[in-house]
Amino acid sequence: MKERNLFEKVWDAHAVGELSNGQTQLFVGRHLIHEVTSPQAFGMLREKNLPVLYPERTFATVDHIVPTNEVSEPYSDPLADAMIKELRKNCDDFGVTFFDVGTGKQGIVHVVGPEQGLTQPGMTIACGDSHTSTHGAFGAIAFGVGTSQVRDLLATQTLALSKLKVRRIEVNGKLSPGVYAKDVILHIIRLLGVNGGTGYAYEYGGSVFDSFSMEERMTACNMSIEGGARVGYVNPDQKTFDYLKGRNYSPQTNEWDQAVSRWMAFASDDNCGYDDRVEIDASDIVPTVTWGINPGQAIGIDQVIPDPDLAESSERASIEEAIDYMKLTPGAPIKGTPVDVAFIGSCTNGRLSDLEEVATRIDGHTVKEGIKAIVVPGSQVVSKLAEEKGLDQVFRKAGFEWRSAGCSMCLAMNPDKLIGDQLCASSSNRNFKGRQGSPTGRTMLMSPIMVAAAAVTGQVSDSREVFA
Amino acid sequence: MALEKISIVEGKGVYVPGNDIDTDRIIPARFMKCVTFDGLGEYLFYDVRFNEDGEKKDHSLNNPLFARASIMISDANFGCGSSREHAPQSLYRAGFRAIIAGNFAEIFFGNATNLGMPCVSVENEERKRLSELVEKQPDQNLTVDVAGLKVRFGELEIDCQLRKGARDSLLNGTWDPLDELLTHKESIDQTASSLGYV
Ligand code: SF4
Repeated sequence: MKERNLFEKVWDAHAVGELSNGQTQLFVGRHLIHEVTSPQAFGMLREKNLPVLYPERTFATVDHIVPTNEVSEPYSDPLADAMIKELRKNCDDFGVTFFDVGTGKQGIVHVVGPEQGLTQPGMTIACGDSHTSTHGAFGAIAFGVGTSQVRDLLATQTLALSKLKVRRIEVNGKLSPGVYAKDVILHIIRLLGVNGGTGYAYEYGGSVFDSFSMEERMTACNMSIEGGARVGYVNPDQKTFDYLKGRNYSPQTNEWDQAVSRWMAFASDDNCGYDDRVEIDASDIVPTVTWGINPGQAIGIDQVIPDPDLAESSERASIEEAIDYMKLTPGAPIKGTPVDVAFIGSCTNGRLSDLEEVATRIDGHTVKEGIKAIVVPGSQVVSKLAEEKGLDQVFRKAGFEWRSAGCSMCLAMNPDKLIGDQLCASSSNRNFKGRQGSPTGRTMLMSPIMVAAAAVTGQVSDSREVFA
Repeated sequence: MALEKISIVEGKGVYVPGNDIDTDRIIPARFMKCVTFDGLGEYLFYDVRFNEDGEKKDHSLNNPLFARASIMISDANFGCGSSREHAPQSLYRAGFRAIIAGNFAEIFFGNATNLGMPCVSVENEERKRLSELVEKQPDQNLTVDVAGLKVRFGELEIDCQLRKGARDSLLNGTWDPLDELLTHKESIDQTASSLGYV
């Protein structure tokens, strides 16, 4: 048989047939839902009097609206309270497993899936959330869908989709100290553009991805969509299997070997074809910070903020708009920009290894006076493990607030919001206008360690200098 | 129930300039605290249309000349960012029935198509000409010809692009795929049991 890449193999294995408009009816093995994009879908099912076809393939959690400093219900925000209750009712009515706040398993959907062992190689995974690409770190084809498609999934476990092309992105060499997975993906987005991936799945590989931990792979795959790619994945390898072994929903011991051989068979064949290839030299990647209003508007920590007058004419208007919104000075170094808030968390960088990495550096440092600094673990499991290791104490001692699990200030649908035009050093994934809850709030994306450096100094700083 | 076959969309236009208009801008997250899509039209582009005191800002969607617009014209990478269907829903509920842009983000494109709202791409130069004309003559109708892949405005006729799968489903009235998906129950079960995982 012809050599195929992982995307093609997974696609072929899940294709139910061809639809009248030429699209594929694709079976989705795992469906994850949360409170924001699912209630309308359940509403549509009720309207049409349809059941959930395979309730055992859908799992729910609550993440976007949960307050992170208030545990008792009803929540003080009646809208948030209505949303969590609606999800509870929908899961009850339709027989869907819900990792509710009382289960110890609740958290951001893209943190929960992998840590419960629900995310496995060779699967198709969908969720009404664009950062579903995160699950691609395991060699799954995972993508975000809209609410009507959540309805389609609940009713038929399938979607009408057009096949994507595949771009292989290889990062080879060795990353310099202080350069993290977050910097790698910000670099890729900056290089290929925020819509460079439209119509593509990104396959990440090369020695840098080979040596990444599973959590680092998740950080990179998470932001594929910020480069326009709906899907991003890494081929499964021994690290993937080691991560999955023994998790709640992973195959049991007696099925393990068989599962591993099935998973390995999905990896891209040695001589398979790709629609495009990009090679990146790891030594070109530096600690990266966004200065603008989309994740592609990023520069190295030692660079200066772009000057629209020096830019190509096609770029000028976008740069002007961004600089104006961000209230920055063209040509000034980004290092030294004063910040007001520091946020460590989100489905990009809210996992245990992110918190551990920061905790080991921050010990002995304190958050600068006047800076609001918060740490929001990605899930209750992350939170518990971190607390067992005493990380919460390290953060608290340094002047960070230690919160409970959720999306929090990544999109500020809960009470954690920027105020006015506050500038936030953020480990999240989107710096869109108003993203962090204030219509004039400003976001700079960076790695968690760089957020910590900003918290300690009160300004955008090079973590390699601050934590030398 | 058979869906409407969408081969031509006709209506007044409005130009909302800017590349990379993201879904957070189309509908800010705080308006998604809801369990239905009702009423979302009101909050379309809220933070660029209103200041923090709720007063109207200078924005084409606040301009009474374009109040009756049902076709939006914008620039490259329209609808990037989140997968929230709240974004196309708010456009639809605000009365929009077609979007013309340089190109569209993948998930937005699919979500809009599933609502029967065609998203057609037009080259930069021609889009610029079109938006200038629309701004000058807000009362004149604009036509998006899904069947002929043309956009027309008075004398002006320009080419537009629309992916075949989406175009076919609009033309055939199968833009909401659920009914067709439901008919293949047997093949779905077959695929499910061939996978080796639940
Ligand atoms: S952490 Fe942010 S990006 Fe991730 S799922 Fe939550 S809101 Fe979306």
